Amino acid sequence: MALKLTQSEFETERDENKCISCQVCVRQCSNDVHEYDSDQDTIYSDNLKCVGCHRCESLCPTGALKIKERDSQFKTNYNWSPDHLRNIYRQADSGGVLLTGMGSDKPYTVYWDRILFNASQVTNPSIDPLREPMEIKTFIGRKPDKLEFKKNKNLKNKSIKLKTKMYPQLELSTPIMFSAMSYGSISFNACKSLASAASQFGTYYNTGEGGLHKDLYKYAENTIVQVASGRYGVDVDYLNKGSAVEIKIGQGAKPGIGGHLPGEKVTEDISNTRMIPEGTDALSPAPHHDIYSIEDLAQLIYALKEATDWSKPVGVKVSAVHNIAPIASGIVRAGADFVTIDGLRGGTGAAPQTIRDNVGIPIELAVAAVDERLREEGIRHKASIIAAGSIRSSSDAIKAIALGADAVYIGTAALIAMGCHLCQKCYTGKCNWGIATQDPYLTKRLNPDIGTRRLLNLLRGWSLEIKEMLGGAGINAIESLKGNREHLRGIGLSDRELTVLGIKHAGEAW
Amino acid sequence: MKELKNKIKINGDGQKEFSRSRIPSGCAVFGVINEAGEKFDGKMVIDGISIMHERSNGLGGGFAAYGIYPHFSDDWVFHIFYDDTEAKRLAEDEIKGSFKILLSEEIPTKKVPRVENPPLIYRYFLKTGGNSKSRIDSAAVSGLRKQAAGGDEEDNIVNFVMHINRDICGAYIISSGKNMGIFKGVGFPEDIGRFFKLDKYEGYLWTSHGRFPTNSVGWWGGAHPFGLLNWSVVHNGEISSYGTNKRFVSGFGYECTLSTDTEVITYLLDLMVRRQKIDLEMVHLILASPLWEEIERMPRDRRELLQALRIVYGSALINGPFSIIVGNNNFMYALNDRIKLRPLVAARKDEYLFISSEEAPIRKVCPSPDVLWHPDGGEPVIGVVGKREKKAGSNLIRSGKKPVKV
Repeated sequence: MALKLTQSEFETERDENKCISCQVCVRQCSNDVHEYDSDQDTIYSDNLKCVGCHRCESLCPTGALKIKERDSQFKTNYNWSPDHLRNIYRQADSGGVLLTGMGSDKPYTVYWDRILFNASQVTNPSIDPLREPMEIKTFIGRKPDKLEFKKNKNLKNKSIKLKTKMYPQLELSTPIMFSAMSYGSISFNACKSLASAASQFGTYYNTGEGGLHKDLYKYAENTIVQVASGRYGVDVDYLNKGSAVEIKIGQGAKPGIGGHLPGEKVTEDISNTRMIPEGTDALSPAPHHDIYSIEDLAQLIYALKEATDWSKPVGVKVSAVHNIAPIASGIVRAGADFVTIDGLRGGTGAAPQTIRDNVGIPIELAVAAVDERLREEGIRHKASIIAAGSIRSSSDAIKAIALGADAVYIGTAALIAMGCHLCQKCYTGKCNWGIATQDPYLTKRLNPDIGTRRLLNLLRGWSLEIKEMLGGAGINAIESLKGNREHLRGIGLSDRELTVLGIKHAGEAW
Repeated sequence: MKELKNKIKINGDGQKEFSRSRIPSGCAVFGVINEAGEKFDGKMVIDGISIMHERSNGLGGGFAAYGIYPHFSDDWVFHIFYDDTEAKRLAEDEIKGSFKILLSEEIPTKKVPRVENPPLIYRYFLKTGGNSKSRIDSAAVSGLRKQAAGGDEEDNIVNFVMHINRDICGAYIISSGKNMGIFKGVGFPEDIGRFFKLDKYEGYLWTSHGRFPTNSVGWWGGAHPFGLLNWSVVHNGEISSYGTNKRFVSGFGYECTLSTDTEVITYLLDLMVRRQKIDLEMVHLILASPLWEEIERMPRDRRELLQALRIVYGSALINGPFSIIVGNNNFMYALNDRIKLRPLVAARKDEYLFISSEEAPIRKVCPSPDVLWHPDGGEPVIGVVGKREKKAGSNLIRSGKKPVKV
């Protein structure tokens, strides 16, 4: 056997007293970790292949399996972490760019965890959402500077009508939407679960840049269609099968670079949906080749508005980078009806690890800076802000809104609801949970009805929690929380961080 | 000018101290309007508010009175608090540069026990124009606000007031309308009323406020009513949407220097009614908008209207408990939050309309009103000089409890 410096990250611990050699683990593992030796009637496990997805452990009927991080350790070194060593071994083996999946797992400050939310005591009553109305309906889209009215002077029928024509709006029953995940990066069943859950809950899912499968056309009223640099699957039917159009400039996990769907994933169905030949690599360029500046973006925005008869909001998704505030301002001035900002920790199906882990800024800081900048310029009402990039809980969502977002996108959280265990191997196409794969043997593991139900439960649970927190703070409409940073306090943050976030430190009163 | 700049600070000490501490407060409000425009002295409103002594704690009381300066009815009148003569000198320099002063005098007061350490209190009757306009503009600060201002006389007054209150240490303009004035200070409202000898003034519209702040900062400028132009606002409550409202008005050039709810409510009203010309009868649909479930049941045109109002003015929704009484030169307007978390009672007797936190003050000054009712949350009560209040026939006033004969 050739010298292999790569070491396994995980250890399979099998309790032989419990194992009945049923071989569920063998059949479930797409990485071929487990192998059944019929002569010995024993199952052997090759730890080196294990990605730590916990599929076998979850399905083992006797609970005989345990997947643990390997306890064999490199010699302690505070500079050279085990990650550095493993990456170098892998790279010295392959000579390639190291790929990874999902959002960055590096220990950058998670500002959500350093921000505390407020509640009412005495001087202002909290409101009980079980007894009082609690409104979290949200609208995404451009708002006019002011409203004008027509008055009916007829004394018998005095009425006031709206004179101002409203811009198209997305109406959300909860300020949470499903983030862009393409058919290709995830399975059809996963797409269908997202679409159907969005439709049943009254919110939206986003097609990502992979086009839209015809079987999902029926969810048009809850679909945001994405136009990305590869323009896969984009034609006028596609645009009109969405309630809104999102131009994707960047993604939090890989700012500044494009995407790559390997040819082996481009099955017949995907080839039809993306409108590319079967088996060819789908390479999304890093920039849009018709957008080299902000005025080009304006042209695309208006071209899409024309193509959709000015009936849908057209937004722009960018990753949170250092100059995000002026960039967002430019995007709003270019005519975008909403701006999606995807933060440093945002997920992906595949990205170079070094980019995912080192490029961009956290969403918390980006949302705060963008909201502040747009308000200073008096254009905040001209576009909605959607925060994305690792919204892990209802409290993350509520903090994002208090910092100034109108709504949040969830991607990773939705996948976790469907079973994802964050093994970060989406790019291999071997997802044992049937999510990030096109292998029919694996995709059938995700039942779209069950996926839908679990996503609905997640939306419901988070919405209830948002209502509880709102009521606790004495607020009964989500619009009164938007940009209401008085309800946030930082904990353990420096003056500089507090300034950027625009919040006070815990212990400071009004 | 050089000297002036040296004296100018970001905030006066008093203001600074105060704005650091936003004061949630439970309070008493009471207002009376004579819709026929007949004037009456301040005794009635002092009598009324004094009954609600228990709702205040002696840390603030005040009154707004309309129609009290008939000899200067078309001129601007500023009531100003000064910490010292230096602040007075600086502010007067600015006023002289921007206005023609018709009369300036100390506001007459008398010694009253429990009213201590008053500032210097002056009033100025002023005309704009003359050597002024450019000074106002140049004094008036940031580009955004200028852009918002657009050169209108009233916008210039707003800018001037904000400039003095923010930039001149120890000077604070508490009222800046025409033929109206605000009288307020640290003390119980009845004492403040006597201190300012309000029984000597006659107006057709009076509002009053007794304050129960939950901390102990006693600053005269921080008492209520809050005033800007002809607006005066008294407010009982603590709004939970303050941050959202503040950020919303800041986009239109209003700078919240005091961190009080009343201040931001005044700016919201000024923005919507004066600047954006939204009908007064529609304002409650924004400040205390109907619930979505109500809107969804409405006929199409109205649903569209209400939905648009919420979509566009969502950040102007005042959330959390409040009852407010707003005065302006020809109307009195009262409103509760939409789920009525604060008390509000209204009553009519002939051409008088009374609005109060409690029923007792109304009964004190008017033992047998024609009607007395408890307005629903989000249901405005409007008294207009020269007109009777619009009845439930106006379809924009949410149908709540009909007035009940008493």
